[in-house]
Amino acid sequence: MRPVDTARLAFQSIHRYPLRTTMLLLAVSIGVAAVVLLTGVGEGARRYVTGEFAALGTHLIVVLPGKAETAGAGGTGTIIGATARDLTLEDAMAIERSAHIAQVAPIIVGSGNASWRAREREITVLGTTTEMLDVQHWTMQLGRFLPDIDMDIATPVCVMGSVVRDEFFDNTNPLGQWLRIGDTRCRVIGVLTQGGITGPFDTDELVILPIASAQQLFNAPGVFRILTEAVSQDSMDAARRDIIEIIKARHQGEEDITVVTQDAVLATFESIFDMITMGLAGIASISLVVAGVLIMNVMLVAVSQRTKEIGLLKALGAKERHIVALFLAEAVFLSLFGALLGLILGNAGTRLLGTVFPILDFSAPTWAMVAAVGVAVTSGLLFSILPARRAARLDAVLALAGR
Amino acid sequence: MMRLENICRDFQVGDQVVHALDHVDLEIKPGEYISIMGPSGSGKSTLLNILGLLDRPNLGTYWLNGADVSSLDDNALAEQRQQHIGFIFQAFHLIPRLSALENVELPLLLAGAPVAARRDRAREVLDSVGLATRLDHRPDQLSGGERQRVAIGRAIVMNPGLLLADEPTGNLDSRSSEDVIELIEQLNRNGISLMVVTHDPDIGRRAQRHISLRDGKIVTDDGRLSR
Repeated sequence: MRPVDTARLAFQSIHRYPLRTTMLLLAVSIGVAAVVLLTGVGEGARRYVTGEFAALGTHLIVVLPGKAETAGAGGTGTIIGATARDLTLEDAMAIERSAHIAQVAPIIVGSGNASWRAREREITVLGTTTEMLDVQHWTMQLGRFLPDIDMDIATPVCVMGSVVRDEFFDNTNPLGQWLRIGDTRCRVIGVLTQGGITGPFDTDELVILPIASAQQLFNAPGVFRILTEAVSQDSMDAARRDIIEIIKARHQGEEDITVVTQDAVLATFESIFDMITMGLAGIASISLVVAGVLIMNVMLVAVSQRTKEIGLLKALGAKERHIVALFLAEAVFLSLFGALLGLILGNAGTRLLGTVFPILDFSAPTWAMVAAVGVAVTSGLLFSILPARRAARLDAVLALAGR
Repeated sequence: MMRLENICRDFQVGDQVVHALDHVDLEIKPGEYISIMGPSGSGKSTLLNILGLLDRPNLGTYWLNGADVSSLDDNALAEQRQQHIGFIFQAFHLIPRLSALENVELPLLLAGAPVAARRDRAREVLDSVGLATRLDHRPDQLSGGERQRVAIGRAIVMNPGLLLADEPTGNLDSRSSEDVIELIEQLNRNGISLMVVTHDPDIGRRAQRHISLRDGKIVTDDGRLSR
């Protein structure tokens, strides 16, 4: 029998039982659509997170005090680590002298009581330098950012986020007003554009001081982190080595800092999200295997429905492999059409999700679509081997009699 | 030419062994027209199935054109069947979703013949059974007699040496029966061996050689007597 004829006969059988065909297509397509949707959601989340990281600047290198034993996004343990030697403004200035470093923005974070006239609230204070605006890609809504002065010079000025501005000054112009923070007073020189959470901070809720002023306020000589930006993508490694060398030289030869690059953090997140996406794909593929079992069931029913026809084909000289090929072709068609329908449904679903959550891009990865179709067709094929063999081994005499 | 030697076919029914064919010897010469008669359970259908290579004997030898086919495997039997045997069934056994032409093409399709060749051959055969105007009709658009003629067309499309007809008129009215019988007798006159299993004495009588079976044994065979 020619393959074309096998395909044609199998296709005619599919055509002949529309209800059965519809049910099977539905079962397979739901499985495939589930894979596409779930991996799409996983991918959407991954793209969102990596996108957010990219917004921080791709040349970013973060230096934190203390040596984290694990690479990547670690370092949470070292923030409060008492054994680590503090980073200082002098360290930051030393780093700034490296040829591979474009900008340095040391930061210090704490909370303080802020008041203006009768209004008072607890606020988060960020001490940093003028470079921070650039490093974090912040923009100004009003006024200007911190002045470009040496980082160890305290100046009584501050920049605030939009929420802080609204709470203290409502709609009035805050520029030039004196805000009291703890024991000191500082003049408001700028307001950041409303931006929500970018990177580790909710900028809308911040009050930003020159780092030396913040150190005075908190009475702390240390620096929480030093954010640096390499000159270019290619100089990331050199910059990283420079930082370690400089700090080592300044800390009596001890490498007591952790240097986290954007790439490392990104790689960690990507691998986490890849795992999640694969996990989701795995869970969704279970439905494809279930669809495979359904195909087996339906094909077994088809064998008993078509017993006489199988008997006739045998009487007309069909060999076992012809009968097997017919049933396998039918199963492959059903699962393939189901899978294609599932791709359409799944992609329509991710597009719909995209309109509901426009900031996320939910399109499923190509590997997931290929794998879903592959698993669907393979399971359809595998699960119909048993029914096909059963059909092929029917006794011709009994089959013709419909028994 | 076919020869059965000492053929036995037993069936286990419960604890009992039924001898459907009990030491049967039979020789069919090319171009013979044989009718097989006998009461239900006499082994007529079993004999037909063995001759048609749908079933294998428990004992004995079947010589088909000088070759022993009684020990071939299923696939080899299928090939022999395809080349040498044409079946006509009481219930027609046409595939309902295929047109008359496609039903007749089916044996050629299974044999792997190219589309154009088999289409021409099937057309020619349908023309010879008088259905040239019914090529594209599906079985449910044909009368009983026409359906059986499609089935006859399918049986002869591979030019087999032996045509086996199991109650070919059992589902037909008397007029269609006459047409169908005349058609297969015509084919027989053109050289094909014809074996008809029937309950109907009027049809059985028309054959040149009459075999009657009882309890798995050939009780009368005028062909053998005349030799």
